[in-house]
Formats: sequence, structure tokens, C-alpha cells
Amino acid sequence: MQEPRSFSGGLHPPGLKATADKPIINLPLPSKVILHVSQHIGAPARPTLKITDQVACGQCIAEPGGFVSAPVHATISGTVIGAGNFMHPLGVPSQALVIEQASQTAEPVYTAEDGMQLSPEEIKKRILQAGVVGLGGATFPTHVKLSPPETRHIDTVILNGVECEPALTADHRLMLEEPDRIIKGLKLIMRVLKAEKGIIGIENNKPDAIALFTEKFKNETALQVQPLAVKYPQGGEKQLIFACLGREVPSGKLPMDVGVVVQNVASAAAIADAVNYQKPLLERVVTLAGNCAAKPGNYRVRIGTTVGDFIEMAGGLKSDVPLKKVIMGGPMMGFALFDLNVPIIKGTSGVLCWDEHESVVPVQTACLRCGNCIKACPMGLIPQQMKQLIDHKKWEKADAIGMLDCIECGCCSYACPAGLPLVQTFKLGKKNVMAERKKSAANKG
Amino acid sequence: MSAITASNTAAVPRLLVTSSPHIQSGLSSARVMWDVNLALLPALVMALYNFGLRAALVVACSVLGAVTAEFLILKFLRGKPCALADGSAVVTGILLAFCVPVALPLWIAFIGGFVAIAIGKQVYGGLGQNIFNPAHVARAMLLTSWPVYMTTWLKPGMSSGISCADAITAATPLGLLKETAGNSELMTQLSTSGTTIVGHVFQKLQITFADLFLGVNFAGSLGEVSKIALLIGGVYLLLKGHITWHAPVAMAATVFIGAFIYGGSFEYALFHLLTGGLTIGALFMVTDMVTSPMTSNGHLLFGFGCGAITLLIRLKGGYPEGVCYSILIMNAFVPLIDKFFVPKRFGSSQEATS
Repeated sequence: MQEPRSFSGGLHPPGLKATADKPIINLPLPSKVILHVSQHIGAPARPTLKITDQVACGQCIAEPGGFVSAPVHATISGTVIGAGNFMHPLGVPSQALVIEQASQTAEPVYTAEDGMQLSPEEIKKRILQAGVVGLGGATFPTHVKLSPPETRHIDTVILNGVECEPALTADHRLMLEEPDRIIKGLKLIMRVLKAEKGIIGIENNKPDAIALFTEKFKNETALQVQPLAVKYPQGGEKQLIFACLGREVPSGKLPMDVGVVVQNVASAAAIADAVNYQKPLLERVVTLAGNCAAKPGNYRVRIGTTVGDFIEMAGGLKSDVPLKKVIMGGPMMGFALFDLNVPIIKGTSGVLCWDEHESVVPVQTACLRCGNCIKACPMGLIPQQMKQLIDHKKWEKADAIGMLDCIECGCCSYACPAGLPLVQTFKLGKKNVMAERKKSAANKG
Repeated sequence: MSAITASNTAAVPRLLVTSSPHIQSGLSSARVMWDVNLALLPALVMALYNFGLRAALVVACSVLGAVTAEFLILKFLRGKPCALADGSAVVTGILLAFCVPVALPLWIAFIGGFVAIAIGKQVYGGLGQNIFNPAHVARAMLLTSWPVYMTTWLKPGMSSGISCADAITAATPLGLLKETAGNSELMTQLSTSGTTIVGHVFQKLQITFADLFLGVNFAGSLGEVSKIALLIGGVYLLLKGHITWHAPVAMAATVFIGAFIYGGSFEYALFHLLTGGLTIGALFMVTDMVTSPMTSNGHLLFGFGCGAITLLIRLKGGYPEGVCYSILIMNAFVPLIDKFFVPKRFGSSQEATS
């Protein structure tokens, strides 16, 4: 086994991974699903159904709305009972179809094929048709990532099994329980990209997963396990590439610019299903955690299930602990929900049900210039200065010191003794900086 | 589990919605400041041991002056919530008291504390906004306003009571060094007799390096004398992660190496390292978050500058000690240092390969 590697900056939030030893439980089908046409980065998908249409599980209900887009599939059989704007987990109304389960319809049957015999073009087509997107949370359409320009040679595929977010254990369980799906997916990705090397990066706090994949890769010359130091955000794409290969993705560039494509382990498993079974992305593993959850664990759930239904099916809330905050995703980068009637989407890796005690809001005081944010920033930025510039609406200056490099990992806010809302400011700042760039480009043109 | 009930979302109370991240290290400005206060305790104990109850009174008056200014200005001039609980005014008060002679009249100590907060901190906009170290701003003001009081040193153990009328004044090691170095007749005598200048100072004051390190038997500012007590506090802050080694080590090393080159002996270099306000300056003043640079490399340069100016004042300047002014001067350079010493941006070391 190799020495663990890492990156500079970052920090060590508490692990909170109490559900790491909870095997994945398959939840029953929900009575209804809300399927948003925008569950990925890029153009929203175009719905092809209307209210009262009958729909079968696995049927495509929304076509990709462009190249950078992905289709959406019905995750249960039934009737379309709603079409229009429904609340998205991100807090904005967005177009969706609501399907109500009519009766216990049979699951579609998928026949196995050896995807490795297919042409790269066919593999990519099947991935697109299955609606696979990055399941780590970024939800970038996978077929796009697998279509680098002709001039770019991808030599290495890195599977992201880091799961550095506290509290999340879905990827960890998937790696332990279904490693073969992940490995099949990895090989398919490598075939599409004609990559020579495949690496799976796993943080050192998951020795069981590292041991398992080391054993599985015993007779594989092209595949390799890379143990990584336990540090947040080790699973950030650029940090992961740097830790595994020592390659630095230049500012504003993509991993493919250094010959690498990174995929989450869950995405790899979904790719294997998409290619070998032509099975669309219907479900995913979601970690349920937090003090208010009666049965914290890892659950496989249909996409589109509302968070409320999900929590209830997965054991419900404790009756004696009042719920204070619900987070979709992890504690560092997830977003707080204000309503449980929003669906689990393709990128939902966890649902955290927090009580009063867990939902601490730091008290804001004046910046002490302590420099903790600078030390914590994995991108080598100066959050303290960026915040001052954003607060004073100096977009161009903020751009010049790397505003758009910010990956919103949350390290600066976590480390700030003054409790300043740094990441929140940067989310706003990035939008404005990008708008400013467009404006000045338009003026020049 | 076939029958699935509708979610009872209606029963859920209003949820708390905030931006990510949803967890925080638990560190707060107040905790940092109270940790600094705690780190100053060993030195306070040594001050009491050396100078008796009067040391406590000087500290108390200085702190009282500082918190009075903080309270009055926040409440009546700036209309801000009371910030005494964050402990930063107390830190300033204690640090100022540590840099003055124990015989300082108590009303002057009070004025010092008041000025430190009023002119040194609140004028700039309060916590985190000041350019200069508030305690040193006040010390510089006291030194120019009451130069005699600020340079009247008592020999430890001579003032067990509150009054110091009957106490014996004494020279500080650095003061005597400066005096000796300025006396060319004495210097010639020393060189013919083969006594080093440091040996002469030790002989006159009847002290050793061990005394300098422990902080006993010699005169000095009340919190500056005991190096070991200050080191204990410094190590505590280092372990807590509130300070880094960069600036203190850079400052101490600069003074030590510079003194070694100037004086030509290890003894001379060590003497400069263990005297005056260097230890408290290096551990508690140049590490002040608000008035020091933000990056490690910036800290190294900042510490180097503080050390170099300290030595320059000690060797060539009019004062025997230069820590206070060196830090104030370097404070002014902090924005410039921060401008040039920026962290390496991830993704900047390679040219785009397009």
C-alpha cells in the first residue's frame, strides 16, 4: 500500500460518520415522486408528458435540453398527476412532473450484456440515455465528461471514493457492498476515454474499503488504489487529482486539461448499470443521519421521493427530539431545506435531520485578521480580502484575486473565529463577478 | 411496508435555513482573547512574586482604564453593543501593565489603559480595525509624557507593600549595558582587564543568565522580566493554534544573530535575547492577529523587521530598549507586507496547456 497523499490547506472537521457500519437498506417504492427536469448542471430537460398520461417505471419523461443536459426517467409506474412548477430542493420553484403510483406494477426487466464488447460511442450513448450525472453532488452530466475534444488525451481516470464530507457514508457502503459494479463502471469509463490508468482514491479513514479494492485489484495492472490523508476537502476534484497524481489543474481549466477525468464511485456504479443493463438512473444511496433521525443509516431510494416520505420510510423522526434543521448533502456543502416536500434528486448524497444542539449558528463578530481562513483555503485564496472586496462591490478586484477559483468547500467559514459568512458572501460574489465578466466582454465586443 | 402514508410535513415546525457550511470549529474571537489572558497568567504570577501586591494594582488600574474606555466609547460614542465579554480590552490592559515599571503611579496606569483602547483601538473602528498594537501605542505615549516615571525601576523584592516610597531603584540590565557601552573610559578599562561588557553588567547587578531566564533579582517592567513564565504562555498559545512560530522565531533569531555578529560572542547574543521586552514582544505583541500580517511568510518578514529595528535601537539608538518602537514601526508596514506576501494560488503554478 502506498503512503497517503494530500493537498495543502484544508482542515479536519469532525467525522460524524456514525452510519459507516449500517448496510444499505432498499426502501420500498414511494406513493408519489416529484421529478424535476433540472437535476443536473446544464440545460433543463424538456418534459415529454402531460397530466393524466400513464407512465411506466424506467420510461424517459424528459429529453435532454441540449448537449450539456441529461434525460429524466420515471422512477415509479403510474399516472402523471402534476406538471408545472414545484419547489426544488435548492429553494426555487422549477419545472417538474409528479407521478402517482397507480398500482404495484412490475419492475422493468433488464437483460445483462457485456458492455466491454461495445464501441465507445455506444457506451457513451447508453450513459446519456440512462441520464447518468455526477452523483457526488455536482451532478455534471457524465456523457459530457466522457466526451473530451479529440485533441485531449485522457491518460488517467480517477474514481472519487473519498467521501470527505462529515456525516456521509453512502459511498463508503457502496464501495464495501457493491465493489464489482464500481469496478465495471471504471473499466467502461477507461474504455470510452482510452485511458491507460484507473485509480480509486479513498481516504484513510475507510481502511476496509482500501483493503477490499486492493484485493480486487490484485491481478489488475491498470488499476490502482490510492489511499489519501484524512482531510477536508480531499474529495474536491482538483484536490483529489493533485493528491493522486501531483497534477495541478490550472485556474479556470478542467481536469481534462491535465489528462484526467474524475468520476464519483456511485456514478461509476450507475454507469455499469446503464451500459451493461441499459438501466436508467432510477435510484441512489442516501445517508440519513442526525440526532432527530430515529434510524440513521444508508438507504437506497427512488429519485423523486420527497424528503418527508424518505425520512418516514427510513424510520421516521424521533418523537422526543424537536427537528431544527434539515440539510440535503453534507454539513460542509449541503443546503438547508425549508420544506420537506421537496424531492431527493440525483445529486442527493445525504439527508441530515438536526436538532437544536446540532444546528449552531456562529455569532458574528469583527474580523481579527487571524489568517485562519487563508490557512484553511485549499485553493490558496485570501477569503478575508475577498469578503471585503465583495462587501464593497469591487467585483473586478475580487475577480483578480481569484474569486472564481473558490470551490465553496466551506473551510474558511468553518475556521473563522469571527463567525463570518464567508462562503455565503462568495456565492453571491461569484455570481456578480461572472456577470461583470460578461458585461465587460460585451463592451469590448 | 407496502402502505405508505403521506409525509407529515405539516407537523414539522419551521426549519432553520442557513448557508453552508453548517458546522463551525467552535472557535470564537472571545475564546481566542480569553486564551491570551490565560497565557499571560504565569507572567502575572511572576510579577507578583517579584514586585508584590503593587504589581497587581498596576495591572488592575491599567485593565480598568482599558475596559472603561471600551465601555464608554462603545456605549456613548459609537452606539454599539457592549463588547467587554470578548476579553480583548482586558488583554490590552494586561499587556500594557506588563510593559511599565511597577513604581508607575496608579493614575498613570489608568490613563495608559484608557489611551490604549481609545486612541489605540476604538479610533480606528474597534476590534480588528486598529493598525498599531494598542498596548504599545499607550506605552509610547506614556514614555513621552512621563519619561521619569516610565524609567524608574525598582529592584525586585524591595516593594512588598503598596507604596514604593522606600523602595530601592536599580538599573535594568539593558540600561546598564547602554550606559557602559557609552562610557569609553570604562570600556577601555574593561578591555584591559579582560572583562566582557556582559560580565561587567552581571557583576554590577549580581545576576546570572539563569536569573535573566527565570526573571528574578533584577529590575525591569513588571511582566517582562520572567522569560520562562512568558514562554509557558507562548507555548500554550502555540498548542492552542492561536499563534504560529514564524514571527516570534524570526524576531528572536534576528536579535540573537545580529547581536552575535555585532558583539562577537555567544554571551553577548544571549544577553540581548534574554533582556528587555523581547520575549513578551515576540510572543504576545508581534503575534497579535490584528496588527500582524496574515501569511506565514509575511510573519517571517514582520518578525525579522521587528528584530532588526529592536537591535538597531538598542545598539545605536537613544533608548536602551527598542522592542516597543520596532513593533509600532513594523505595524505600519503590515498592509504592504500583506500586499506582497500572498499564498500561492492553486492552479497558478502551471501554464494552461491549451
